[in-house]
Amino acid sequence: MTLTCHGLRRRFGALTAVDDVSLSVTAGARHALIGPNGAGKSTLFKLITGLLRSDSGRVSLAGQDVTTASEVRRCRLGISQAMQHASLFPTLSAAENVTLAVRRHEGRISWMPRRQPSIHARTDEVLDQVGLADRGRVQVGALSHGERKQLEVALALACRPKLLLLDEPAAGMSAAERAGLVALIAGLPAEITVLFVEHDLDVVFELADTVTVLNLGRVLLSGDPAAVRASDEVRQAYLGGAR
Amino acid sequence: MTPAAPQPQRWAKPGVVAVVLVVLASAPLFLAPFATSTVSRILVFGLLAVSLDLLVGISGLPSLGHAAYFGVGAYAAGWVSINVTSAIPVPLLVGAVAGALGAALTGWITVRAHGVFFLMLTLAIGELLHQLAHTWEPVTGGANGMAGIPPARVGDQPLVVSGYVHWYVLAAFAVGVAVVLVVSRSPFGLALRGIRDNEPRMRALGYPTRVYKYAVFVFAGSIAGMAGALLAAQQRLVTPADVGFATAALALLAVVIGGVGTLWGPVIGAALVILIRDAIGPGLDGHGTLVLGLVFIAVVYVLPRGFGGLVSRRHR
Repeated sequence: MTLTCHGLRRRFGALTAVDDVSLSVTAGARHALIGPNGAGKSTLFKLITGLLRSDSGRVSLAGQDVTTASEVRRCRLGISQAMQHASLFPTLSAAENVTLAVRRHEGRISWMPRRQPSIHARTDEVLDQVGLADRGRVQVGALSHGERKQLEVALALACRPKLLLLDEPAAGMSAAERAGLVALIAGLPAEITVLFVEHDLDVVFELADTVTVLNLGRVLLSGDPAAVRASDEVRQAYLGGAR
Repeated sequence: MTPAAPQPQRWAKPGVVAVVLVVLASAPLFLAPFATSTVSRILVFGLLAVSLDLLVGISGLPSLGHAAYFGVGAYAAGWVSINVTSAIPVPLLVGAVAGALGAALTGWITVRAHGVFFLMLTLAIGELLHQLAHTWEPVTGGANGMAGIPPARVGDQPLVVSGYVHWYVLAAFAVGVAVVLVVSRSPFGLALRGIRDNEPRMRALGYPTRVYKYAVFVFAGSIAGMAGALLAAQQRLVTPADVGFATAALALLAVVIGGVGTLWGPVIGAALVILIRDAIGPGLDGHGTLVLGLVFIAVVYVLPRGFGGLVSRRHR
């Protein structure tokens, strides 16, 4: 699913967190969003998911304008996200967390308890996909930080997204967990468009086919990874003393 | 990994439930009429506490005005018993529908609020209905309460003996609690737990959380209304105090003492509250509330998860 942002702007008081950002993510892309802290990456994500409204500019999904659509509506259209700071359901088990996401998208939320083998099967499948197959019965509160991030990705995948947004999915993961995550994202079918924020540039250059660099709320550069890697401007923004 | 708790024997839970029900049902056979009616009152109040726990413990909606729907159900059931019929199950159904209607009319405002604002809004609504019970004299009887409610009838047979009333209350209590348990274990119940844990995430997953909160608010209102109908049948008198803050606060107390989110714990909390208020309190020159306060403090210190915390850690 294509995503187009045109002239997005969002202020918080005197700070313009996102300033006239235009971004075009093609269907099936593995699009990375990088930039130093405070570049506006997370705010841009929130404008895309609908958690925040933009002050001006437009967002469209697969050609459909969703600038004023609610978060719930955008989720129905196929946006799904894994949050930067694992945002889960702490008193429920890992499997119950995933079940909530699965049911919303392919089950009925009935008032009567019922056996739903297809929901169970799908839950197990998603847990297995992120490497948590044997952790389903564990309460989220007892999972490690890395496992919570994996579960976060599981929740996003359980929604069968067309556009998957990952906000620093590898942050805080162990090397092994990170390798698993990279393999998982690399192995996703092309029907799923992926837009991700990541600080670990190894992960970025391993996965991304397009990279957009944000700095101080503006798009500094957008292009293929090789061009971005070679850019002096990018190096400067990252190493400080930008502009 | 926390090892999965050893599963209790399959028959253990149904066994305990059956024994408790048999003991409760046989209460009139070995208790004096007054003691029997105290047990009935515990069941009435217990059903109210269970419906409140569905809001507080399962859905994360701490309400200070839940007695409003209890009172609405009680007045509606009383009114129907006086003016139309007191044949079971008519007053019970009328109470449940009235409680649901009351919650439906007021809930759409409350579910928009969170945390302390939810608390204050429910408190305000409870007090409004309390005032209404005072001032709408032609229907509610004002401060004197609605008196002269005829006994519930099975066909043509009025239930006058306290034992029969007790069995009626027990049967309705069992049905009400069973319905709440079933709903809490349904997919809808899991969604409510999700909202309690992390409402923004539920929205991000595509759940219209406000609709869910409204639905459970109305449902809990109908169960509270049902408990109110039982109050009308058991006490044969409904007063504004049954609608007000005092009752709502006691119900919340029962939930906390019993164990928030366990659903069965609040019944034990209700038993303690009613026993202290009605059985021990009168012997202390009306200082029952003081004892209640001490018990509350003791429970919060000794059993921070209430009595329910003693047994189950999961299924919160």
